[in-house]
Amino acid sequence: MVDVTIIGAGVGGLWAARSCLARGLRPRLVDRSGPPGPHTCSWWAGGMLAPECEGATAEPSVITHGRKAAALWGDVTTVSSRGTLVLAPERDRAELNRFAARATAHVACDDDAIAVLEPDLGARHKRGLFFAKEAHLDPRQALNDLVRSLAALGVVIEQAEITPDNVQGPVIDCRGLAAQGDLQGLRGVRGEMIVLHSDEIMLTRPIRLLHPRHPLYVVPRADGVFMLGATQIESAARGPMTARSALELLSAAYALDPRFAEAAIVEMGADLRPAFADNVPRVVQRGHVLHLNGLFRHGFLMAPALAEQAAAFLSTSKTGDLFLEN
Amino acid sequence: MRDFYGVDLQTPMMLGTARYPSPAVMENAFRDSGASVATVSLRRERGAGQAFWDMVRGLGVNLLPNTAGCHSAREAITTAQMAREYFQTDWIKLEVIGNSDTLQPDPFGLVKAAEVLCADGFRVFPYTTEDQVLAARLVDAGCRVLMPWGAPIGSGMGLNNIHGLRTLRAAFPDVAMVIDAGLGLPSHAAQAMEMGFDAILLNTAVAEADDPATMARAFALATEAGALAATSGPMGMRDMAVPSTPLIGKAWL
Repeated sequence: MVDVTIIGAGVGGLWAARSCLARGLRPRLVDRSGPPGPHTCSWWAGGMLAPECEGATAEPSVITHGRKAAALWGDVTTVSSRGTLVLAPERDRAELNRFAARATAHVACDDDAIAVLEPDLGARHKRGLFFAKEAHLDPRQALNDLVRSLAALGVVIEQAEITPDNVQGPVIDCRGLAAQGDLQGLRGVRGEMIVLHSDEIMLTRPIRLLHPRHPLYVVPRADGVFMLGATQIESAARGPMTARSALELLSAAYALDPRFAEAAIVEMGADLRPAFADNVPRVVQRGHVLHLNGLFRHGFLMAPALAEQAAAFLSTSKTGDLFLEN
Repeated sequence: MRDFYGVDLQTPMMLGTARYPSPAVMENAFRDSGASVATVSLRRERGAGQAFWDMVRGLGVNLLPNTAGCHSAREAITTAQMAREYFQTDWIKLEVIGNSDTLQPDPFGLVKAAEVLCADGFRVFPYTTEDQVLAARLVDAGCRVLMPWGAPIGSGMGLNNIHGLRTLRAAFPDVAMVIDAGLGLPSHAAQAMEMGFDAILLNTAVAEADDPATMARAFALATEAGALAATSGPMGMRDMAVPSTPLIGKAWL
């Protein structure tokens, strides 16, 4: 007996299944490519749960819902609650001041304070901001843990290609860009990432390096693995990372810590983030279909809240604040 | 008012399309400022399924593709040709960058690219310095619009060389000129218009403001104020104070 069909098993669809189960609704979870993997946009995510840092440019709903994400993810996977450290090269101090003015919940750090947080960086960086309440996770680990927790509750991902039109009963459509034809204004925003390995460098929390041209974030993962990201290009071109983006990301990493020059390149990847014109993730209601889409760069931050509001609607008919038109 | 290759702009404000928090914010900035030209960069925003470019087209303003990030004449020429094909316009904002730190124009590559593009039928808007000799070479190449910088791109410093810009303006009375790059505040825009420039082009000062739409409107108002001042004959500066009411005959207290 199925109460709701969920199409798409990325971070949105997996959370939708989890939230439906929590409300006693039995989901059928379908993805054209099966369980999450390189075909999934969220596979390429950074895994930062950083609502305050994102808040420097994101809309208020991302900040308020994002603040609850770390606790919700904590029930599913390993979440490191070690905050975020934001740095800027000395000549780009103005960037740091501007960021400080636009974000909240941070404290200013001098080189000593930076050294206490990240001993490897104190000697090189003199000024920074520490966002103590933020967290991070390993996105692939988190997706796998979600899949496992659903399997334990009897929900397995069915590999099939279906669209909302040929489904009876309520649908939560989490197909991301594949739903572009049904959602006017949904666009792809290209993002690129590099995974490095270094035994020399020890970082325990995400680091953001501000720069007027080439901003960078570095997210540490287990066993000396670091994920570099930050490109955000208004292009719907898929395909491998460009040499320019690789140069930018790697030289920014080198500026953060020159020992990255000796790191091994484990992986490079690129994908498209689905986004609406205002870059705000949302639930769009269309008849029997709830579109959970436009997660942009906030997939891991916003999927729990979007899923809960979609599931709440199916069980109570009440719409939440994330129900928006596109 | 001088025209831009036969086009009379509705407002003397041109706005870039990069660095906004979202395309929706960009649309608001265009709406609230009434900007009449949108610059678009082909280099970084290349690719299939151009939802973003559709949004830029949907702004309903003149499109001015640019060759941002090109470091040689050859690169700029190729980018211009791609832009013409893609955006169906022969307008091109020609940027040939000579120094990756200051992003200042490479005058030699700029003239070379301008000659090739003008001969190929492009309507070239060259991003240049305030150098008068360079300007003459660009006009010789066929440019009927010049875009001298105010200050380095994205620096927000305003008009760095007032004397040079004034001299340039006076030297080419028939050439439309746009102050491009380096404006940070609406007062910079007003100053440029007061000096007789025909339009301003900006991006970062609006896109990176806390409230881009309101900042865009502030620039639009300042631009309009400056343009009105330029056409209404500003008074000259004097060394001596001149009272607006005569002192003779006033009570001596």
